[in-house]
Amino acid sequence: MNDIVSLSQVAKRYTRGKESVEVLHSLDLKIAQGDFVALMGPSGSGKTTLLNLIGGLDRPSDGDVTVAGERIDRLSGAALARWRARHVGFIFQFYNLMPMLSAQANVELPLLLTSLSAAQRRQNAQTALKIVGLDDRARHKPNELSGGQQQRVAIARALVADPTLLVCDEPTGDLDRKTADEVLGLLQTLNREHGKTIVMVTHDPKAAEYARRQLHMDKGTLVPGNTP
Amino acid sequence: MKYFPLLWATLWRKKARTIFTLLSIVVAFLLYGMLQGVNAAFHLSIDNANVNRLIVTSKISLTEPLPISQQQQIASVPGVSGVAFAVWFGGYYQEPKNFLFATPVNIDDYLHVVPEAKIAPEQVEALKRTRTGLIVGATQMTKYGWKVGQRISLHSTIWVNKYDGTSDWPFDIVGTYTFSGDESQEQGAYFNYNYLDEARTFGGGTVGWWIVSVKDPHQSAQIAARIDKLFENSPDETKSQSEKEFTQGFMKQMGDINFIVQAILGAVFFTLLFLTGNTMMQSVRERIPELAVLKTLGFTDAKVTVLVLAESLLLCLIAAAVGLGLADLLFPMLKNTIGVVRLPSRVILSGASVAVVLALATGGLPALRARRLVIVDALAGR
Repeated sequence: MNDIVSLSQVAKRYTRGKESVEVLHSLDLKIAQGDFVALMGPSGSGKTTLLNLIGGLDRPSDGDVTVAGERIDRLSGAALARWRARHVGFIFQFYNLMPMLSAQANVELPLLLTSLSAAQRRQNAQTALKIVGLDDRARHKPNELSGGQQQRVAIARALVADPTLLVCDEPTGDLDRKTADEVLGLLQTLNREHGKTIVMVTHDPKAAEYARRQLHMDKGTLVPGNTP
Repeated sequence: MKYFPLLWATLWRKKARTIFTLLSIVVAFLLYGMLQGVNAAFHLSIDNANVNRLIVTSKISLTEPLPISQQQQIASVPGVSGVAFAVWFGGYYQEPKNFLFATPVNIDDYLHVVPEAKIAPEQVEALKRTRTGLIVGATQMTKYGWKVGQRISLHSTIWVNKYDGTSDWPFDIVGTYTFSGDESQEQGAYFNYNYLDEARTFGGGTVGWWIVSVKDPHQSAQIAARIDKLFENSPDETKSQSEKEFTQGFMKQMGDINFIVQAILGAVFFTLLFLTGNTMMQSVRERIPELAVLKTLGFTDAKVTVLVLAESLLLCLIAAAVGLGLADLLFPMLKNTIGVVRLPSRVILSGASVAVVLALATGGLPALRARRLVIVDALAGR
């Protein structure tokens, strides 16, 4: 299988005041197309930082980051934004939906950046909502939906532009077990039946079981024994 | 246009705040429309001043009379094509608030130098035949519901009628006039000079000012100088100026309307700048995570900047449209005071420009903040 994510000797340092803290150290990672990877590890181990680098939300201090065939660490701000719109779907712990927009309008948001007509945008958003089983809630605003439903709207939003990669940061961290299992089952279906590559950060070992493989991080590096 | 639903939804995210902010801006633009409208109306008479005419007054003061014998001498000045006179009557109908700019004239001379005043020929003849005849402006005829043939009485604040010892002057309405290009001039009335001159208790044989038409407006300054030269060192020295200069001077006697209006509006919009700017800043601050999500989804910094500015623009333009629309509706109520029926379109256009400037000024800082927002920091709540 082709590698869709390739990180080589990646380091990330943050400067807080006069202090510089390195949160990722010379990290190498490859993720194949169609993989479903769970990134696990204690708080502060660098999981979210790594996820942000893969998703093009942040840049490495050193090293190369190639995702979907593009050296994204070299892209300008605007080019990186366009790249994200084309290749990455994001799912957050707290859903991050626009509270004033309906589910349908939230799902349509990434499509505003495409050249699709209004009718096509509507159609695609309806299809994405159907995939997550919420086509009957299209007109509801986020505060009229349960946590699980909001997360499914967020998944539909992540899916709607047909991205190369889904990046999920603790997608079930705010959900009860039953709802979390439904959401994870949905992600698993997207991976197995629709071939979506998924990188998911989680603290939850049960959630990680839905992934094809688990990577463990500690103190800014991948733990070798758990890295296939 | 595809971003409009997003902008609209964002604008109404906090309904109460948006409504109160909108109301403040609406009131400011209502005030802008009304005050600038009044200002424009005052300047309309200056703008409409005829370049072919000079106004000749006493050098001492506008209220100082001039002898009617000057007419022939002014008419003989090279370049002068006509001379008419007018006298300040200071008239009102029934109550002082019903001021009527009634002017005693020689109607033939007057229509020769002021051809914009349109009177039916038979009504001109009727005025000449009727000593107490009065030709009333169309606006005043409508305002008081007067009809041709009706007898009315005007009270003069200056002239006493020696035949009855009162200041009430009876008139017979014999016609109406319109004024092409300037409806505000239709608030007056013309009557026979002889009627006033024969009956007044003082000031016989004098006029208030001369209205002089010139053949070539480029020669106006030289002609004015020649007229003043004519009466130099006489008991009745004159001051000749273009109609525009005269009107400007007359307006200034009432106060610098333009300065007053600009000062009030400047204070209003300066306050509004802080009010709206603060609201926009607060709105953007509350939406930091949402703006970060937009950037995460692929909205560029430039696009997010434009969205925030567009939101500010939408708010200000809606408020300006409502405010100026209300001003347009209310403005005709001032017709009896300032004589202008509709809010001048240039006031509406300048109001729209002010709205754009206000939007850019109040949206600028929040837009810059949105542009500089770092996604990972914003999502982490830093």
